Amino acid sequence: MNPTSQHATADPSHADKLGKYLVVYLVILIIAGLQFVVAYQHIDMSAMLFRMLLLAILEAVLAVVFFMHLGGENRTFVIWVALITLFVFAAMQYGWTDSNRMERLAPPPSAAGAPQ
Amino acid sequence: MSDAAVMHHAEMDRSVPFLFPAKKLAMWIFIVADAATFGGCLVAYGFLRNGSQNWPTPFHFYPTVVNAIVMTFILVTSSLTMFLGVRAAKTGNRSAAFRWVLLTTLGGAIFALLHLREWMALIDEGVRLYKNPWGNNLFGAAFFSITGLHLLHVTCGIVALLVVGMRYRAGRFNADDLDITGLYWHFVDLVWMFVVPLVYLLNVSK
Repeated sequence: MNPTSQHATADPSHADKLGKYLVVYLVILIIAGLQFVVAYQHIDMSAMLFRMLLLAILEAVLAVVFFMHLGGENRTFVIWVALITLFVFAAMQYGWTDSNRMERLAPPPSAAGAPQ
Repeated sequence: MSDAAVMHHAEMDRSVPFLFPAKKLAMWIFIVADAATFGGCLVAYGFLRNGSQNWPTPFHFYPTVVNAIVMTFILVTSSLTMFLGVRAAKTGNRSAAFRWVLLTTLGGAIFALLHLREWMALIDEGVRLYKNPWGNNLFGAAFFSITGLHLLHVTCGIVALLVVGMRYRAGRFNADDLDITGLYWHFVDLVWMFVVPLVYLLNVSK
């Protein structure tokens, strides 16, 4: 890391943003608390999974946009991050289809030596 | 930072190629790749759980879910302290920034200890990588591998924060370096936001 590279400058606007980030922090905690509430609802597994993932994605978006300040970054930078993310997901598509094949298309296990 | 400001910055500082800090992009590339790793692990766990006839749901409210609540609170709060450290660094206050970084590492250490305590409790109950007293033998492997991978990330994050924090305080690193290390810590917190509902809360004992 280059100590002479002085990107950092005093930015007084950081002082007046603290309230916003405290609100984001509290919202993330509330969403996390909601996940614990959903866990004890009497709903089927698919509905519970959907709600859990939805809440987790909301938390993640808040964390990425505010705490990781991707929302305030240079537009070119955000586009590069988005492209890299899409590339990684596209590369993973081979894994999903193979896992689907193993779960749904594989022949049923025999009684002898069947996994539990 | 506006495009014009970044352009000016790039002209003034030749260590910033392609109009944005390469170090920050490198960290984001790492984060995306690591997120894919965790995503793969969690999806594999999902396939295992979905395909199992007798997946255990052993997590009682006390102590496991209470422990998860405390751990979540500590990790989210450590993200806040990390943000406050970066904020102090951006205003040039090295000593305050280092104090916030120390608080962050303290939160991470407490999280790790709570996690290890939970692991020991499960091991005492007979959970192993290849067996457990409740159901599908792969429950232990799934649980320990996912939470263990996350715990490894937390541990590495603590080490990285201490090293970068101390060098920042000594003047060898700047605020951007602390910011980039903070991105990793926020990512560790972000992963936990998915691990808790999928690994813990979908397996609570009702």
